Amino acid sequence: ASTLVLAEHEGGSIKAQSLSAVVAANSLSQDNPVSLLLAGSGSSLHQAAEKAATCHPSISQVLVADSEEFAYPLAEPWAKLIQLVQLKGDYSHVIATSDSFGKNILPRAAALLDVSPVTDVVDINGPRQFISYIPDTGIRYGYQETGQALHQKYFGVRSTSTSWLLVKGHRVMILNCVEVCRPIYAGNALCTVRYTGANPCMLTVRSTSFPVPPISVDSKSGGASISEVDLSTLDEDSVGKSRFMKLSSQDTGRPDLGSAKIVVTGGRALKSAENFKMIEKLAEKLGAAVGATRAAVDAGFVPNDLQVGQTGKIVAPELYMAFGVSGAIQHLAGMKDSKIIVAVNKDSDAPIFQVADYGLVGDLFEVIPELLEKLPEKK
Amino acid sequence: MKIMVAVKRVVDYAVKIRIKPDKSGVETQNVKMSMNPFCEIALEEALKIKESGLAKEVVAVTMGPSNCVDTLRTGLAMGADRGIHVEAARDLVPLSVAKVLKKLVEVENPGLLILGKQAIDDDCNQTGQMIAGLLGWPQGTFASKVVLDKEKRVATVDREVDGGLETLCLDLPAVITTDLRLNQPRYATLPNIMKAKSKPIKKYTPEELNVEIKSDLEVVQVTEPPKRKAGVILSSVDELIDKLKNEAHVI
Repeated sequence: ASTLVLAEHEGGSIKAQSLSAVVAANSLSQDNPVSLLLAGSGSSLHQAAEKAATCHPSISQVLVADSEEFAYPLAEPWAKLIQLVQLKGDYSHVIATSDSFGKNILPRAAALLDVSPVTDVVDINGPRQFISYIPDTGIRYGYQETGQALHQKYFGVRSTSTSWLLVKGHRVMILNCVEVCRPIYAGNALCTVRYTGANPCMLTVRSTSFPVPPISVDSKSGGASISEVDLSTLDEDSVGKSRFMKLSSQDTGRPDLGSAKIVVTGGRALKSAENFKMIEKLAEKLGAAVGATRAAVDAGFVPNDLQVGQTGKIVAPELYMAFGVSGAIQHLAGMKDSKIIVAVNKDSDAPIFQVADYGLVGDLFEVIPELLEKLPEKK
Repeated sequence: MKIMVAVKRVVDYAVKIRIKPDKSGVETQNVKMSMNPFCEIALEEALKIKESGLAKEVVAVTMGPSNCVDTLRTGLAMGADRGIHVEAARDLVPLSVAKVLKKLVEVENPGLLILGKQAIDDDCNQTGQMIAGLLGWPQGTFASKVVLDKEKRVATVDREVDGGLETLCLDLPAVITTDLRLNQPRYATLPNIMKAKSKPIKKYTPEELNVEIKSDLEVVQVTEPPKRKAGVILSSVDELIDKLKNEAHVI
């Protein structure tokens, strides 16, 4: 096995969530050298590559694609780049994180490589190989933990390199088989799927599901090799048909809803946009992101991009505090993977209390000011 | 210019889903089905573009068993001019959907292809990106604003990305996938529902389009997500702060 990880970098460092993809690669197989693909242009790219080379022991190689084409995260050149690197490196897996970058690019690259990607993976069941078809033997398929065990069973010798076996004179295909788990119906069900297609198996993983353990200094790798990707064959077909104009970031000084450690959410019970500012104040005090229910968004208290829920953002912070949120199923779908949930609601029968770790039955117009007064200042 | 919109029939967003006892999937028999909300937004955007005079025709496409025609009729009642139904018995993976769409694009030659960013059943968020890749067209995914310039043959798209809005300029033809903020889809009025009954729906099969439907994914099982343990009801703000600090260690 070998894995290509599509990494993002910013200000001369690779982004923390890109390391989650490396962690995910580790859970595919112990013996799984990771090649990290970084693209961009200029000195910050090479700075990021230097840092990436020593940031995780599993990274054996850092591939650098330096071109103006990659100055912005446009799907067209990036998907071509992945295709190019895959055709050269023949990786068994390609992994990116499930953020707006990975979700935009990876499926396009998968289409170019004619394989089905799996998005939003939250769990990996480990690698397996299985016999897909044995004509005339009565065996339709069988599972083995590893290709070695399989090979040994039929040949008495160990080998993993082959993807074909002869069983009783018949050619049998051994498929690379990965089982991964992903939420469907906005997290109301979990679906385990088995990938049985050709290489590479392409995944986007939720970074909240593959936390990066702190890496001690002495276990850091001595340094992966850094090599430049030969871009001379990058065909210009679809490149240049899209142009980056601008990025307007909502610079509120608050953390991003999708990656914040604490999220403070308000529902319709806040009654007005003016009252909703209490939520923002509380969020500021906690260093938290602000969320809202669909009802609060529809009532015009806050813009749409703050909506948490099935049709809004899916969040999984350390702490989720819901004020005046009843707990409609569509909202729960967007936040129930949070580590600790706090609910404050006047109605003691509100469904939100069924998922809350700590509930407080009371009037949010009294509770929030009291919290603002008594909560310690953020560090 | 012609606009093609892909629409999917899914379990209605308000339905509380049930997982089949044999864990083979989610129950869809005798359950209210509707057009995927993101597809409604895609269709609404196409209709708005047509109403502003920048497009001549809106064609809605769906794939799946014969009852998917209901969803197509909903789209025609909203205002699509005609429909295309690709009859396929089984659930299609996004790669197959993209391959079928590619063939339809070759037949219809639209100047713009609009899809929802994802379907609320499988939550894949792949098809738009994949069809764009197969066609070699530029893509504007997760769009919250689309402005067309017919003279220059470009679309300016605002995209919802992590932490902000990204603006791209795409040469047409292009693929756009819609996010929630793009627009508020219209309801079909009764006269339009009646009118939709006489609008044409063309049928194809994947074989007729010369697309081989294969899947490199198998569903092993569908299960309930782990249930959260019931928590405790506290009596005061002080107690809450104490718990968050000393028990949960989150503040």
